[in-house]
Amino acid sequence: MNLLNISGSPHVHSDESTKRIMWRVNMALIPALLVAIAYFGMSALIISVISVLSCVLFQWLIEKYIMKVPSTVGDGSAIVTGLLLAFNVPATVEMMWIVVIGALVAIGVGKMAFGGLGKNPFNPALVGRVFLLISFPVQMTTWPKVGGLFSHMGISATITPDQAVQLGVDATTGATPLGIIKEHGLDALPQAWDLFIGHLGGSFGEVSALAILLGAAYLLWKKIISWHIPVAFIGTAFVFSAILYFVDPIHVEVIDKVKQTMGTVGYIDPLTTILTGGIMLGACFMATDMVTSPMAKSGQIIFGVGCGLLTVIIRTWGAYPEGVSFAILLMNSVTPLINRWCKPKRFAC
Amino acid sequence: MTQQILIAVIVLGVIGAFFAVVLYFVAQKFKVVEDPLIDEIAEVLPGANCGGCGKAGCRAFAEACVAQHSLEGLRCAPGGDPVAAKIAELLGCAVEQGEPQVAVVRCHPANCGENRRSNYDGLRSCAFAATVYTGENGCPFGCLGCGDCVAACQFDAIHMDAETGTPVVDEEKCTACGACAKACPRRVIELRNKGNKGRRVYVRCINKEKGAVAMKTCKNACIGCGKCAKVCPFEAITVTDNVAYIDFTKCKACRKCVTECPVHAITDVNFPAPAKKPEAPKPAEEPQPANN
Amino acid sequence: MKTFRMGGVHPEENKISNDAAIEVMPVPAQMVVLMNQHLGAPATPIVQKGDKVKVGQLIGEAQAFMCANVHSPVSGTVLKVEPCKDAFGLAKPAVYINVEGDEWMETIDRTPDIKRECTLEPKQIVDKLKEMGIVGLGGATFPAHIKYNIPEGKKAEYLIINAAECEPYLTSDYRVMMEHAEEVCIGVSILRKALGVPNAYIGIENNKPLAIAKMQETARQFEGIVVEPLKVKYPQGAEKQLINAVTGRKVPSGKLPIDVGCMVSNLGTAFAVYEAIQKNKPLIENILTVTGKKLPSQHNYIVRIGTTYNDIIKHSLGELPATTGKIISGGTMMGKAVVNLDAPTVKGNSSVLVMDEGEARRNPETACIRCGKCMHACPMGLEPYMFSVLVKNNRIEEAKEHNILDCIECGCCFFSCPANKPLTDEIRLGKNKVRAMMAAKK
Repeated sequence: MNLLNISGSPHVHSDESTKRIMWRVNMALIPALLVAIAYFGMSALIISVISVLSCVLFQWLIEKYIMKVPSTVGDGSAIVTGLLLAFNVPATVEMMWIVVIGALVAIGVGKMAFGGLGKNPFNPALVGRVFLLISFPVQMTTWPKVGGLFSHMGISATITPDQAVQLGVDATTGATPLGIIKEHGLDALPQAWDLFIGHLGGSFGEVSALAILLGAAYLLWKKIISWHIPVAFIGTAFVFSAILYFVDPIHVEVIDKVKQTMGTVGYIDPLTTILTGGIMLGACFMATDMVTSPMAKSGQIIFGVGCGLLTVIIRTWGAYPEGVSFAILLMNSVTPLINRWCKPKRFAC
Repeated sequence: MTQQILIAVIVLGVIGAFFAVVLYFVAQKFKVVEDPLIDEIAEVLPGANCGGCGKAGCRAFAEACVAQHSLEGLRCAPGGDPVAAKIAELLGCAVEQGEPQVAVVRCHPANCGENRRSNYDGLRSCAFAATVYTGENGCPFGCLGCGDCVAACQFDAIHMDAETGTPVVDEEKCTACGACAKACPRRVIELRNKGNKGRRVYVRCINKEKGAVAMKTCKNACIGCGKCAKVCPFEAITVTDNVAYIDFTKCKACRKCVTECPVHAITDVNFPAPAKKPEAPKPAEEPQPANN
Repeated sequence: MKTFRMGGVHPEENKISNDAAIEVMPVPAQMVVLMNQHLGAPATPIVQKGDKVKVGQLIGEAQAFMCANVHSPVSGTVLKVEPCKDAFGLAKPAVYINVEGDEWMETIDRTPDIKRECTLEPKQIVDKLKEMGIVGLGGATFPAHIKYNIPEGKKAEYLIINAAECEPYLTSDYRVMMEHAEEVCIGVSILRKALGVPNAYIGIENNKPLAIAKMQETARQFEGIVVEPLKVKYPQGAEKQLINAVTGRKVPSGKLPIDVGCMVSNLGTAFAVYEAIQKNKPLIENILTVTGKKLPSQHNYIVRIGTTYNDIIKHSLGELPATTGKIISGGTMMGKAVVNLDAPTVKGNSSVLVMDEGEARRNPETACIRCGKCMHACPMGLEPYMFSVLVKNNRIEEAKEHNILDCIECGCCFFSCPANKPLTDEIRLGKNKVRAMMAAKK
């Protein structure tokens, strides 16, 4: 007979594991990846593969040669980081090597420097992304025009080269909606439906709200994320921008009386706010990262509201057209504080 | 331009001077008068904050020394005699000579492998395992093998032997601070005098069960037969609760008990290997702690 | 459907021995009766080597306050009075009896008739519980006479009978309800009388519809017994959670159920109370489930207390399957793993659960990813991940401030942890350390 095993109770475990959670997140990112490939062509796929491979490689190297601990790449967390990092960069050719640097920073500085999975205060993919955004501002904000597979299939892209020329944008690169608004005003903007299904330029994983929501629905169903952070995040961004919009809706007026130049004044409408840029991806996949978000439901709502407010503030008054990454990183930094405030309600208290 | 520079210099200078004065008075007001001896003694101490002396740390030990102005009842085990001498010099008091000690694991490892009856699968903590069961080989007194002593050691002097599952003390590194002995929920680890040239004899078992019961659990368990006590010329061995104990202050390391013990529960360490003895007790072949 | 609100998990139910009727386990040739089968001090043996004993004869007397009488489960000669190792390998005082025949005490009513009338006064009932050595059979084995002796100034308003059987695998309470519903209801009425409460509530988890129907039908013949179906959620049968589910009241931290006017007893206890009060039969038998996913057959037995695990396994299975990995006394969530199969069973044992080696091993621990699942699963609203860190770093004072002592050790945190951290173990260790610290301060 075997030796009897001994342990304290309980003697059963739910089949939940870190590995399974991470692989399910990877599963949930597939729709967005497919959409990106459809819109941007093979370059999206190549960048994703390079990003994932370099994240896994860097984690393996650091664990083996620097930390000298058994490798944990099998848990799939490096793949999540790699995919999210890839989703946060534009699908251009330069990105194929730049993303490797991003992966090194994301894994090395964002995660392993703090001791590995579970100990990092900031979302590693966002650390990598922000590093790239600051180090390679031109490459990181030169978005390719939507086209890719779809243009070969005869479906016209939303922003035609004509429009682009009209807008004064380089004919081969499509500006993101937020960039367009900041520079050219409202009329140039694609319609909401196009935004929703993804007919617009942008960092490649951010383009289709539909694909992202599909993935998020899967995560909600599998109880890997709860609704609190995404709803609070998107809801706050919507409400805050709606208030701004009602105070002063975006319109074109003469901004320089002497030169008689026209420009946009006022604030963007709320629907465009939440459908553009990285809000969807950020709210569903990056703000909900277990390691860097609060644990209690009440804390998660505070976290989501903070992310939403900061995003709109940075977008409206900040120097960058996009504020999701910074908003999430800022809220990541106060997560320990939120965890301290927002305790679960104790039984009979 | 010159004026602007001048204004900046003056403004900063005034601010600096103002805070300097404030700092000076605050420092005067909240000054803590402390015997400089405390600092000096703390300097001499090893600074590992092992807690072996029973104080919260090295500084607390230094404070205690200064407070009572003698070394009575205070001993820094890791520092040993050299440190005691230095402190005595600083304090200007007599020094108590202490015999150098070492931590000793009183559980026979040779049997843990074969006699295992169960496999512990819970939290790696002896303190917790002791509340769940009696140990993998069923001995309610022996080592539990989860390494609370290893975690307690500040000097990296005790390690788990992967094969036997019991800890092995590195005599070179062990400072006899006693942290491991305190951490052990079964009190398997004891501080004993190191002995001349590190040679010492001790009973490697603390099983208080009756002989027949103890034998069932471990073939090297002390059965309390008392043969060792009879053979000992120095009356160093006592048998209480079915287990023999060698008083290290009386033991002269003659090793008569070692050969007498029918279950090889008594171990001698750091003696030269016996010249010839076909059925020699296992301990001689075992990895000697000093060599590890 | 009533339930507690906060936390909780839903482990696989595995009530595979549900349909196995209660069989009688034969008496083995030798019995070992431990003297501490209950919470508190061991009973003092009052027999000596060579004494003849009958079934139901008092052999261990409760002399300390927190103690319960122990009776002989068999008739025969006392072989010796000396320590015996219990299921976890710890030596406990015990009486060894060589079984000869099956001669019962004359006072015990062994007829199958059901006796409904109870003429005893509340005080007499409690005294008789003490005499018969009744303890709580829900697992804690708290002596019943102490529990039902309500302190001055406190008043019970609710009697709650725990028949939730929320632990996976266990079916002994279910079988008792199916086969002895009337006796159980009489037992409940007696306890109701002892407390002087108007209503008793029997809480049964909703995964036992037949038992609920049976108990509802039987309870109609009795005054003041209400059957409460409960949602299937672990730990529905934990004392504080059950009170919350049935009455909506909450027992505050550090208080007893009686402080909110509640008293909770297990269903098995109610059955034992019936036998003790109406039939004069002391607590000498257990209803035990012998179960396991990989076992060829599933059983429910009525076993004399003191039968060894080996005897039970031999009778029910012949021998253990070669792939046995773990044997548990109790359910998978709060039961204890058994090391010593030569040990006798004791009062409060409810099962011999044989786990296969595949399900027995814990998966290796990985890093905490701060998912908060342990926190959301905790029915007491605590933060298990925090205790894990505090205990590991010996920050015992802080652990106490975070109310580590409120933990009911239900195991939901470990169960739900994706990193496989032994959270429940760490919390138990922390609780021990906190208690040691508090004792040292006093």
